[in-house]
Amino acid sequence: MSEALVQTLLRLGDNTLVLGHRVSEWCGKAPVLEEDIALANTALDLIGQTQMWLGYAAEVEGAGRSADDLAMLRDVWDFRNILMVERPNLDFGHTIMRQFLFDAWHRDLLGALTLSSDPRVAEIAAKAVKEATYHLDRSAETVIALGDGTEESHTRMQTALDLLWPYTGEMFHADATDAQMVAEGIAPDPAGLRAAWLARVTATMAEATLALPQDDFAHKGGRTGKQHTEHLGHLLTQMQWLQRAYPGAQW
Amino acid sequence: MSSPAPTNYDKTEVPRSGPKRTGEWPLFEVFIRGQHGLSHRHVGSLHAPDAEMAIKNARDVYTRRNEGVSIWVVEAEAIHASAPGDREALYDPSNDKVYRHPTFFDVPDEVGHM
Repeated sequence: MSEALVQTLLRLGDNTLVLGHRVSEWCGKAPVLEEDIALANTALDLIGQTQMWLGYAAEVEGAGRSADDLAMLRDVWDFRNILMVERPNLDFGHTIMRQFLFDAWHRDLLGALTLSSDPRVAEIAAKAVKEATYHLDRSAETVIALGDGTEESHTRMQTALDLLWPYTGEMFHADATDAQMVAEGIAPDPAGLRAAWLARVTATMAEATLALPQDDFAHKGGRTGKQHTEHLGHLLTQMQWLQRAYPGAQW
Repeated sequence: MSSPAPTNYDKTEVPRSGPKRTGEWPLFEVFIRGQHGLSHRHVGSLHAPDAEMAIKNARDVYTRRNEGVSIWVVEAEAIHASAPGDREALYDPSNDKVYRHPTFFDVPDEVGHM
Protein backbone atom coordinates (compact mmCIF):
# COMPACT_ATOMS: atom_id res chain seq x y z
CA MET A 1 0.00 0.00 0.00
CA SER A 2 1.19 3.44 -0.90
CA GLU A 3 0.26 5.99 1.77
CA ALA A 4 0.91 8.87 -0.64
CA LEU A 5 -1.41 7.37 -3.26
CA VAL A 6 -4.17 6.87 -0.69
CA GLN A 7 -3.81 10.48 0.42
CA THR A 8 -3.93 11.70 -3.17
CA LEU A 9 -7.05 9.66 -3.93
CA LEU A 10 -8.71 10.94 -0.76
CA ARG A 11 -7.91 14.51 -1.81
CA LEU A 12 -9.54 13.91 -5.20
CA GLY A 13 -12.55 12.05 -3.80
CA ASP A 14 -13.15 14.35 -0.83
CA ASN A 15 -13.17 17.42 -3.08
CA THR A 16 -15.89 15.95 -5.27
CA LEU A 17 -17.80 14.50 -2.29
CA VAL A 18 -17.94 17.72 -0.29
CA LEU A 19 -18.60 19.98 -3.27
CA GLY A 20 -21.17 17.49 -4.60
CA HIS A 21 -22.98 17.62 -1.27
CA ARG A 22 -22.87 21.42 -1.17
CA VAL A 23 -24.26 21.72 -4.70
CA SER A 24 -26.97 19.17 -3.91
CA GLU A 25 -28.20 21.49 -1.15
CA TRP A 26 -29.76 23.59 -3.94
CA CYS A 27 -31.97 20.72 -5.04
CA GLY A 28 -35.58 21.85 -4.97
CA LYS A 29 -34.83 25.50 -4.23
CA ALA A 30 -32.64 26.90 -6.99
CA PRO A 31 -33.77 30.22 -8.49
CA VAL A 32 -35.32 28.62 -11.58
CA LEU A 33 -36.33 25.11 -12.54
CA GLU A 34 -33.69 24.78 -15.25
CA GLU A 35 -30.87 25.75 -12.85
CA ASP A 36 -32.25 23.41 -10.24
CA ILE A 37 -31.98 20.44 -12.56
CA ALA A 38 -28.59 21.52 -13.89
CA LEU A 39 -27.16 21.90 -10.38
CA ALA A 40 -28.56 18.53 -9.35
CA ASN A 41 -26.91 16.99 -12.42
CA THR A 42 -23.59 18.58 -11.49
CA ALA A 43 -23.91 17.31 -7.93
CA LEU A 44 -24.63 13.80 -9.19
CA ASP A 45 -21.64 13.91 -11.53
CA LEU A 46 -19.42 14.88 -8.61
CA ILE A 47 -20.83 12.16 -6.33
CA GLY A 48 -20.29 9.66 -9.16
CA GLN A 49 -16.65 10.69 -9.40
CA THR A 50 -16.41 10.35 -5.61
CA GLN A 51 -17.50 6.73 -5.83
CA MET A 52 -14.66 6.01 -8.22
CA TRP A 53 -11.95 7.92 -6.34
CA LEU A 54 -12.90 6.71 -2.87
CA GLY A 55 -13.54 3.21 -4.19
CA TYR A 56 -10.00 3.07 -5.48
CA ALA A 57 -8.66 4.71 -2.31
CA ALA A 58 -10.30 1.98 -0.25
CA GLU A 59 -8.79 -0.72 -2.48
CA VAL A 60 -5.30 0.72 -2.27
CA GLU A 61 -5.63 1.20 1.48
CA GLY A 62 -6.53 -2.49 1.82
CA ALA A 63 -8.04 -2.08 5.28
CA GLY A 64 -11.38 -3.66 4.38
CA ARG A 65 -13.16 -0.33 4.09
CA SER A 66 -15.48 0.61 1.23
CA ALA A 67 -16.08 3.94 -0.53
CA ASP A 68 -19.24 4.27 1.58
CA ASP A 69 -17.25 3.74 4.79
CA LEU A 70 -14.81 6.44 3.76
CA ALA A 71 -17.58 8.88 2.89
CA MET A 72 -19.95 8.24 5.77
CA LEU A 73 -17.81 7.13 8.72
CA ARG A 74 -14.79 9.43 8.73
CA ASP A 75 -14.79 12.56 10.84
CA VAL A 76 -13.66 16.08 9.97
CA TRP A 77 -9.95 15.60 10.60
CA ASP A 78 -9.76 12.67 8.18
CA PHE A 79 -11.12 14.66 5.24
CA ARG A 80 -8.65 15.91 2.64
CA ASN A 81 -10.76 18.31 0.56
CA ILE A 82 -9.68 21.90 -0.05
CA LEU A 83 -11.33 24.48 2.18
CA MET A 84 -13.08 26.24 -0.70
CA VAL A 85 -15.51 23.38 -1.38
CA GLU A 86 -16.72 23.15 2.22
CA ARG A 87 -17.71 26.81 2.35
CA PRO A 88 -21.47 27.30 2.72
CA ASN A 89 -23.35 28.10 -0.47
CA LEU A 90 -24.42 31.58 0.69
CA ASP A 91 -26.29 32.97 -2.34
CA PHE A 92 -26.61 31.56 -5.85
CA GLY A 93 -23.83 33.86 -7.11
CA HIS A 94 -21.38 32.59 -4.50
CA THR A 95 -22.27 29.00 -5.40
CA ILE A 96 -21.70 29.59 -9.12
CA MET A 97 -18.48 31.55 -8.56
CA ARG A 98 -17.09 28.76 -6.37
CA GLN A 99 -18.13 26.25 -9.01
CA PHE A 100 -16.32 28.17 -11.73
CA LEU A 101 -13.11 28.64 -9.72
CA PHE A 102 -13.20 24.92 -8.93
CA ASP A 103 -14.15 23.73 -12.44
CA ALA A 104 -11.40 25.74 -14.14
CA TRP A 105 -8.85 23.98 -11.93
CA HIS A 106 -10.57 20.59 -11.81
CA ARG A 107 -10.84 20.26 -15.59
CA ASP A 108 -7.10 20.83 -16.06
CA LEU A 109 -6.21 18.60 -13.13
CA LEU A 110 -8.31 15.74 -14.55
CA GLY A 111 -6.84 16.36 -18.01
CA ALA A 112 -3.35 15.91 -16.56
CA LEU A 113 -4.46 12.82 -14.61
CA THR A 114 -5.57 11.10 -17.82
CA LEU A 115 -1.81 10.76 -18.50
CA SER A 116 -1.17 9.14 -15.12
CA SER A 117 1.23 6.21 -14.89
CA ASP A 118 -1.44 4.50 -12.74
CA PRO A 119 -3.95 3.04 -15.23
CA ARG A 120 -6.88 3.18 -12.77
CA VAL A 121 -6.26 6.86 -12.09
CA ALA A 122 -6.02 7.54 -15.83
CA GLU A 123 -9.30 5.69 -16.49
CA ILE A 124 -11.24 7.50 -13.77
CA ALA A 125 -9.86 10.86 -14.93
CA ALA A 126 -10.77 10.12 -18.57
CA LYS A 127 -14.39 9.57 -17.56
CA ALA A 128 -14.52 12.54 -15.18
CA VAL A 129 -12.84 15.08 -17.45
CA LYS A 130 -15.80 15.00 -19.87
CA GLU A 131 -18.16 15.93 -17.06
CA ALA A 132 -15.79 18.61 -15.77
CA THR A 133 -15.54 20.15 -19.24
CA TYR A 134 -19.30 20.61 -19.33
CA HIS A 135 -19.38 21.93 -15.76
CA LEU A 136 -16.76 24.52 -16.67
CA ASP A 137 -18.63 25.55 -19.82
CA ARG A 138 -21.76 26.10 -17.85
CA SER A 139 -20.33 27.81 -14.77
CA ALA A 140 -18.15 30.15 -16.87
CA GLU A 141 -21.13 31.24 -18.94
CA THR A 142 -23.22 31.87 -15.85
CA VAL A 143 -20.42 33.83 -14.14
CA ILE A 144 -20.19 36.06 -17.22
CA ALA A 145 -23.96 36.49 -17.44
CA LEU A 146 -24.29 37.45 -13.76
CA GLY A 147 -21.09 39.50 -13.54
CA ASP A 148 -21.98 41.47 -16.65
CA GLY A 149 -25.65 41.53 -15.69
CA THR A 150 -27.59 43.92 -13.49
CA GLU A 151 -26.05 46.14 -10.82
CA GLU A 152 -27.37 43.73 -8.20
CA SER A 153 -25.95 40.60 -9.81
CA HIS A 154 -22.63 42.31 -10.57
CA THR A 155 -22.23 43.37 -6.93
CA ARG A 156 -23.05 39.90 -5.66
CA MET A 157 -20.57 38.25 -8.04
CA GLN A 158 -17.80 40.68 -7.10
CA THR A 159 -18.50 40.01 -3.41
CA ALA A 160 -18.40 36.27 -4.07
CA LEU A 161 -15.09 36.53 -5.93
CA ASP A 162 -13.55 38.62 -3.14
CA LEU A 163 -14.77 36.13 -0.52
CA LEU A 164 -13.55 33.07 -2.39
CA TRP A 165 -10.23 34.36 -3.67
CA PRO A 166 -8.24 33.57 -0.48
CA TYR A 167 -9.42 29.96 -0.80
CA THR A 168 -8.10 29.42 -4.33
CA GLY A 169 -4.40 29.33 -3.40
CA GLU A 170 -4.75 25.97 -1.68
CA MET A 171 -5.42 24.25 -5.02
CA PHE A 172 -1.83 24.93 -6.08
CA HIS A 173 -0.09 24.26 -2.79
CA ALA A 174 2.25 21.26 -3.06
CA ASP A 175 3.66 19.13 -0.24
CA ALA A 176 5.75 15.95 0.13
CA THR A 177 2.81 13.76 -0.92
CA ASP A 178 2.53 15.67 -4.18
CA ALA A 179 6.28 15.45 -4.75
CA GLN A 180 6.11 11.67 -4.44
CA MET A 181 3.16 11.49 -6.87
CA VAL A 182 5.06 13.61 -9.38
CA ALA A 183 8.14 11.40 -9.01
CA GLU A 184 6.06 8.29 -9.68
CA GLY A 185 4.28 9.94 -12.62
CA ILE A 186 0.89 9.39 -10.96
CA ALA A 187 -0.29 12.98 -10.55
CA PRO A 188 0.82 16.40 -11.80
CA ASP A 189 2.53 19.04 -9.66
CA PRO A 190 -0.29 21.23 -8.28
CA ALA A 191 1.84 24.36 -8.66
CA GLY A 192 2.19 23.62 -12.39
CA LEU A 193 -1.56 24.02 -12.91
CA ARG A 194 -1.63 27.61 -11.68
CA ALA A 195 -0.59 29.54 -14.81
CA ALA A 196 -3.27 28.03 -17.07
CA TRP A 197 -5.91 28.39 -14.34
CA LEU A 198 -5.04 32.04 -13.74
CA ALA A 199 -5.14 32.79 -17.47
CA ARG A 200 -8.57 31.19 -17.76
CA VAL A 201 -9.93 32.95 -14.67
CA THR A 202 -8.47 36.31 -15.73
CA ALA A 203 -10.08 36.06 -19.17
CA THR A 204 -13.46 35.04 -17.80
CA MET A 205 -13.48 37.75 -15.12
CA ALA A 206 -12.61 40.37 -17.73
CA GLU A 207 -15.63 39.25 -19.77
CA ALA A 208 -17.73 39.27 -16.62
CA THR A 209 -16.52 42.84 -15.84
CA LEU A 210 -15.29 41.65 -12.44
CA ALA A 211 -12.06 42.82 -10.79
CA LEU A 212 -9.55 40.14 -9.85
CA PRO A 213 -8.39 40.55 -6.22
CA GLN A 214 -4.69 41.33 -6.02
CA ASP A 215 -4.02 39.65 -2.68
CA ASP A 216 -2.15 36.33 -2.76
CA PHE A 217 -2.95 35.31 0.81
CA ALA A 218 -4.20 31.72 0.86
CA HIS A 219 -6.06 29.78 3.54
CA LYS A 220 -4.60 26.30 3.87
CA GLY A 221 -5.14 23.17 5.88
CA GLY A 222 -7.93 21.32 4.06
CA ARG A 223 -6.02 19.02 1.74
CA THR A 224 -3.51 18.20 4.48
CA GLY A 225 -6.32 17.70 7.00
CA LYS A 226 -4.52 19.98 9.43
CA GLN A 227 -7.29 22.51 9.92
CA HIS A 228 -10.70 22.50 8.26
CA THR A 229 -13.16 25.36 8.63
CA GLU A 230 -15.99 24.97 11.12
CA HIS A 231 -18.37 24.49 8.19
CA LEU A 232 -17.21 20.97 7.34
CA GLY A 233 -18.42 19.53 10.64
CA HIS A 234 -21.88 20.97 10.10
CA LEU A 235 -21.94 19.56 6.58
CA LEU A 236 -20.97 16.10 7.82
CA THR A 237 -23.69 16.03 10.47
CA GLN A 238 -26.20 16.42 7.64
CA MET A 239 -24.49 14.07 5.21
CA GLN A 240 -23.62 11.32 7.67
CA TRP A 241 -26.48 11.42 10.16
CA LEU A 242 -28.23 8.33 8.84
CA GLN A 243 -25.16 6.10 9.10
CA ARG A 244 -24.37 7.63 12.48
CA ALA A 245 -27.91 7.14 13.82
CA TYR A 246 -28.45 3.70 12.28
CA PRO A 247 -25.00 2.14 11.85
CA GLY A 248 -24.83 -0.24 8.91
CA ALA A 249 -28.28 0.73 7.62
CA GLN A 250 -28.84 -0.36 4.02
CA TRP A 251 -31.60 0.06 1.47
CA MET B 1 -71.59 52.00 0.30
CA SER B 2 -69.26 51.94 -2.63
CA SER B 3 -70.14 53.65 -5.83
CA PRO B 4 -71.43 51.33 -8.53
CA ALA B 5 -69.60 53.29 -11.18
CA PRO B 6 -65.83 53.10 -11.40
CA THR B 7 -64.12 56.40 -10.66
CA ASN B 8 -60.50 57.44 -10.82
CA TYR B 9 -58.73 57.70 -7.50
CA ASP B 10 -57.21 61.12 -7.57
CA LYS B 11 -55.02 60.44 -4.54
CA THR B 12 -53.35 57.36 -5.96
CA GLU B 13 -50.16 57.69 -7.92
CA VAL B 14 -50.44 56.36 -11.41
CA PRO B 15 -47.79 53.67 -11.99
CA ARG B 16 -45.09 54.97 -14.25
CA SER B 17 -45.24 53.36 -17.63
CA GLY B 18 -42.00 51.84 -18.81
CA PRO B 19 -40.80 48.76 -20.57
CA LYS B 20 -42.74 45.79 -19.25
CA ARG B 21 -40.67 43.69 -16.87
CA THR B 22 -41.84 40.15 -16.86
CA GLY B 23 -38.96 38.78 -14.83
CA GLU B 24 -39.09 35.76 -17.09
CA TRP B 25 -36.59 34.45 -19.56
CA PRO B 26 -37.98 33.76 -23.04
CA LEU B 27 -39.56 30.41 -23.69
CA PHE B 28 -37.76 27.97 -25.97
CA GLU B 29 -39.20 24.88 -27.59
CA VAL B 30 -36.82 21.92 -27.50
CA PHE B 31 -36.35 19.33 -30.23
CA ILE B 32 -34.13 16.30 -29.78
CA ARG B 33 -32.81 13.77 -32.25
CA GLY B 34 -32.94 10.42 -30.52
CA GLN B 35 -30.44 8.67 -32.74
CA HIS B 36 -28.79 9.14 -36.09
CA GLY B 37 -31.23 8.72 -38.94
CA LEU B 38 -34.25 9.89 -36.99
CA SER B 39 -35.62 13.39 -37.22
CA HIS B 40 -35.67 15.85 -34.34
CA ARG B 41 -38.78 15.49 -32.21
CA HIS B 42 -40.42 18.06 -30.01
CA VAL B 43 -39.87 17.01 -26.39
CA GLY B 44 -40.99 20.05 -24.43
CA SER B 45 -40.04 23.58 -23.57
CA LEU B 46 -37.96 25.54 -21.09
CA HIS B 47 -36.87 29.05 -20.19
CA ALA B 48 -33.38 30.44 -20.83
CA PRO B 49 -31.75 33.86 -21.20
CA ASP B 50 -30.39 33.05 -24.67
CA ALA B 51 -30.14 30.26 -27.23
CA GLU B 52 -26.75 29.05 -26.06
CA MET B 53 -27.98 28.65 -22.49
CA ALA B 54 -31.19 27.10 -23.78
CA ILE B 55 -29.15 24.31 -25.38
CA LYS B 56 -27.28 23.77 -22.12
CA ASN B 57 -30.53 23.73 -20.16
CA ALA B 58 -32.06 21.34 -22.70
CA ARG B 59 -29.05 19.08 -22.26
CA ASP B 60 -29.64 19.04 -18.51
CA VAL B 61 -33.42 18.84 -18.53
CA TYR B 62 -34.11 16.54 -21.48
CA THR B 63 -31.05 14.36 -22.16
CA ARG B 64 -30.21 13.12 -18.66
CA ARG B 65 -31.17 9.58 -19.54
CA ASN B 66 -29.27 9.31 -22.76
CA GLU B 67 -32.17 10.45 -24.93
CA GLY B 68 -30.36 12.27 -27.65
CA VAL B 69 -27.49 12.94 -30.00
CA SER B 70 -28.55 16.40 -31.18
CA ILE B 71 -30.54 19.30 -29.77
CA TRP B 72 -32.45 22.09 -31.51
CA VAL B 73 -33.93 24.99 -29.60
CA VAL B 74 -36.32 27.51 -31.12
CA GLU B 75 -37.72 30.58 -29.42
CA ALA B 76 -41.38 29.78 -28.97
CA GLU B 77 -42.24 33.24 -30.29
CA ALA B 78 -40.69 32.34 -33.64
CA ILE B 79 -43.06 29.45 -34.24
CA HIS B 80 -46.09 30.11 -36.42
CA ALA B 81 -48.96 27.73 -35.90
CA SER B 82 -52.14 26.96 -37.79
CA ALA B 83 -55.27 28.30 -36.14
CA PRO B 84 -57.41 25.69 -34.34
CA GLY B 85 -60.52 27.37 -35.83
CA ASP B 86 -59.37 26.49 -39.34
CA ARG B 87 -59.29 22.81 -38.54
CA GLU B 88 -62.25 21.80 -40.70
CA ALA B 89 -61.16 23.73 -43.76
CA LEU B 90 -57.59 22.54 -43.50
CA TYR B 91 -57.89 18.88 -42.64
CA ASP B 92 -61.37 17.52 -43.24
CA PRO B 93 -61.15 17.52 -47.07
CA SER B 94 -58.50 14.81 -47.01
CA ASN B 95 -60.63 12.52 -44.84
CA ASP B 96 -62.83 11.22 -47.65
CA LYS B 97 -60.00 10.70 -50.16
CA VAL B 98 -58.90 7.31 -49.00
CA TYR B 99 -56.95 6.71 -52.21
CA ARG B 100 -54.41 9.20 -50.86
CA HIS B 101 -53.89 7.29 -47.64
CA PRO B 102 -50.88 4.99 -47.69
CA THR B 103 -52.82 2.15 -46.11
CA PHE B 104 -52.85 -0.22 -49.09
CA PHE B 105 -49.21 -1.18 -48.92
CA ASP B 106 -47.54 -3.77 -46.72
CA VAL B 107 -44.37 -2.21 -45.39
CA PRO B 108 -41.72 -4.87 -44.74
CA ASP B 109 -40.41 -4.85 -41.17
CA GLU B 110 -36.83 -4.47 -42.40
CA VAL B 111 -37.63 -0.97 -43.64
CA GLY B 112 -37.74 0.25 -40.08
CA HIS B 113 -38.58 3.92 -39.59
CA MET B 114 -40.23 5.59 -42.55
